[in-house]
Amino acid sequence: MVKLVGRRAVYMAATMLAASLFLFLLFELSPQEVVVNALGPYSTAEQRQAWLLANGYNRPASVRYFDWLGHFMTGDWGRSRVLGAPVAHLVWTRLENTAILGFWFFVFLVPLALGLGVLSGMREGSPLDRIISTLCIVSASIPPFASTVLVSAIFVFSLHWLPGTSSMIDGFSYRELVMPVLVLVLYDFGYVARITRAAMSEVMTTAYMRTAMLKGLPHRRIIVRHALRNALIAPFTVLMLHVNWLIAGVIVVEFFFAYKGFGSLILEASLGHDLFLLEACTMVTVAIAVTTQTVADLVYVYLNPRIRFR
Amino acid sequence: MTDAPVLSNETAAPHGSTPIGRVLRSVARLRRSRVGVVGASILVFWIAVALAAPLLAPFPPNQPLQPMAPPGTHAVGGTGVFWLGTDHLGRDLLSRIIWGARTVLVIAPLATLSAFIVGVSAGLIAGFKLGWLDELLSRVTDLVLAFPALVLYIVIISKFGASALNIVLAVTLASSPAVMRLTRGLVLELRNRAFVSAAQLRGESLWYIMVVEILPNARGPLIVDACLRLGYVTITIGTLGFLGLGLPPPDPDWGGMINETRQFALVFPYMVLFPCLAISSLVLGFNLLADGLRELSLQD
Repeated sequence: MVKLVGRRAVYMAATMLAASLFLFLLFELSPQEVVVNALGPYSTAEQRQAWLLANGYNRPASVRYFDWLGHFMTGDWGRSRVLGAPVAHLVWTRLENTAILGFWFFVFLVPLALGLGVLSGMREGSPLDRIISTLCIVSASIPPFASTVLVSAIFVFSLHWLPGTSSMIDGFSYRELVMPVLVLVLYDFGYVARITRAAMSEVMTTAYMRTAMLKGLPHRRIIVRHALRNALIAPFTVLMLHVNWLIAGVIVVEFFFAYKGFGSLILEASLGHDLFLLEACTMVTVAIAVTTQTVADLVYVYLNPRIRFR
Repeated sequence: MTDAPVLSNETAAPHGSTPIGRVLRSVARLRRSRVGVVGASILVFWIAVALAAPLLAPFPPNQPLQPMAPPGTHAVGGTGVFWLGTDHLGRDLLSRIIWGARTVLVIAPLATLSAFIVGVSAGLIAGFKLGWLDELLSRVTDLVLAFPALVLYIVIISKFGASALNIVLAVTLASSPAVMRLTRGLVLELRNRAFVSAAQLRGESLWYIMVVEILPNARGPLIVDACLRLGYVTITIGTLGFLGLGLPPPDPDWGGMINETRQFALVFPYMVLFPCLAISSLVLGFNLLADGLRELSLQD
């Protein structure tokens, strides 16, 4: 186990390093593009020259890369040109807000999706299974941007139950959190429920389930003790890997509801050509993705004794 | 030279006879799956709409006619009816949705096809040759998959700008690694089968073995994945349009239509409702078809 953790850690670091090189080559290889980004298209040639010299862009690209990497690793991520604040500060405050959103998302998603998946996987082909499966495939087919609009058309514009923006101008409010969480859950529960259903129906056909049934154990006990434990391994790893997928939904939802989170920060950075901010945000998403993948792998090994003891 | 009768079943790659016969047979089999039929019908509907766009669209899609007319309004001058209403600039929504079907049904399959060409070739080579090439391709795959897909799109579009070509390239970059992983896994299962060894003994070239012997036998999961991926790519194109990173205006694209009119959703909900329904139904079609195909492949 220790060896596995060590190997995964090295692998994580290597992926991050490769990602940083990719970003550097994409955005910082040509100093001209960097300076136009920093000073705007109407800056004069002298201004640009002075800026390039002052910021060390006259050095060769390889030196600049290691310099950039060093600054990045020590938490010096530069200043945001558009928002006029240190990038690190922006990223951390926005990440906090997105973490709140993500927390409530998982609180509602996990029981709903796993519950529906187990229910429909228990008796494959039953009417209940058909209803749940149809519901899941329809919900997974409505893109998050369409469901934001549809859901707010119902709850905000027709019924006037909930606020249509979640900018939290007057301080934190749970009422403003309802819509973003609802849209994210609507889009995602179908996918997770389908994975759970597949895992559950596979478990239901195994020999140990048949043995338990033939022994005459109560149905409840068979499901809870024997089936669930084995069926939930796959959905758990899927949930972890889902963080990566969640980021896309978060960007859309935060943009639409004007929620001041990390997703809208990435988008602002991209639309405003805010180079340092975009680089930092992308690196953070890669870090999140790689970490959750690693955790998912390790937990999978831990939960599955057939792999753990090999 | 003829094969020994005992071996002939195993050494001939187990796939159908003529390409047309095979396609007809798969269509006939699809009828056994109800979800598959529903999905295919939705797709056929949208493809027909896209093909017949010039005949079906009652008005030119980009021409401002009469702003904010609700659905069913008769156009001034009796030139026709705005069945789905008009948007804030007075363009007929029905015509824009019809022409928008063309946009998405050209770009999404093109992008998916391109991702599959790259991904399948890389997967075939990696899974068949193994060794350092496999190692290299697998590491590149891991790297690309470490980026959340939408973030990768945003990064690429903000560097190279938004255009149909760049969207196709971005989708290729972001999706081909997953396709490569899938193909590689399938090839690893097939590469030691008897019909591959037989082809090697006959002295067939590497490309012949990979394309003629292995690929047709890996097609099932690949086709299912292609359908699902078409759905994702449709969502992605819509999302980029919605975020303002999609195709440049004024040509209609469903995601962009929602983005342009969403600030009017309070007063004129129909402006966003119809493009939302259009894109959701198309994605549903892809997903249902994928589901039907998977169901059929499990029956065998």
